[in-house]
Amino acid sequence: MKLLLGVGAGDDAGAALEAVVSRAREADDDLTVAVYAGDGADRDVETVERRVRDHLDDLRFGARVEQVDGDPGSQLVELAETGDYDRLVIPGGTRSPMGKIRLSDAAEFVLLNARSSVTLLR
Amino acid sequence: MTQFPDDTAGEFPPPPREFTDREDRSVTVRTADEDDYEALVGMYLDFHPEDRAQGIPPSREDGIRDWLDAVTGPECPTVVAVVDGDIVGHAMLVPDQDGAYELAIFVLQAYQSAGIGTELVRTLLGLAQQEGLVRVWLTVERWNDAAVRLYHSVGFETTEESGLELEMGIRLAA
Repeated sequence: MKLLLGVGAGDDAGAALEAVVSRAREADDDLTVAVYAGDGADRDVETVERRVRDHLDDLRFGARVEQVDGDPGSQLVELAETGDYDRLVIPGGTRSPMGKIRLSDAAEFVLLNARSSVTLLR
Repeated sequence: MTQFPDDTAGEFPPPPREFTDREDRSVTVRTADEDDYEALVGMYLDFHPEDRAQGIPPSREDGIRDWLDAVTGPECPTVVAVVDGDIVGHAMLVPDQDGAYELAIFVLQAYQSAGIGTELVRTLLGLAQQEGLVRVWLTVERWNDAAVRLYHSVGFETTEESGLELEMGIRLAA
């Protein structure tokens, strides 16, 4: 299966990568990681990309890494369609101090607009 | 970063308070303490699944306990609504990283739509004012009209509405 994982600066990229890579190993999935700055993030996209590449190296797993420019949600959906991906995978949001789940703007857009199946990681 | 209204809201009544709800039940709203912990666990075990919002409260007892451990305690101002000795509502403030407080409120289904939620929030804000807290915020699912109306009526203003949730804030008078 061809998987597209979207990871923004505000997401827990490490947890998302570990979950996706362990599944991808079992199922022999082809993985692309799309990285973006995302919601009110103080880190730029280069930092996110570097962390994702380092983490993939640590996991010893080969995957393409691409930067997404502009609005991440719509760009992820576009990339999934033009790249003929079977599934889009997105982090399931962060938690507020109260423990409420907060989806990123990108996650909300992907859930409402993607034509492929979507996996929301929890 | 959460936004807050420039203007301050009026005075709110501190706990303890007693009132009669719209179903003629006698309700006490008082500050919660650690002795209320097990009763709160019991209340959340009775909580109706459709009243869950944004992933809380958790449904299993171990999840409820972990969550209560994180959102109660001396740094989290908390009030409970009590009817006939049972806790039927719970409202609390949890500090964020910016010196503001996130508010949440939970009322058992059989006690909803009777004015208890409004009094819980007003009393919690009274407690917050007493403790010198200034900025309080919350998020609410956009389609939850009853909750949005409640928060507006108490004085919260919508500060962010780009996603599936609204963010609302209030600035308390010192």
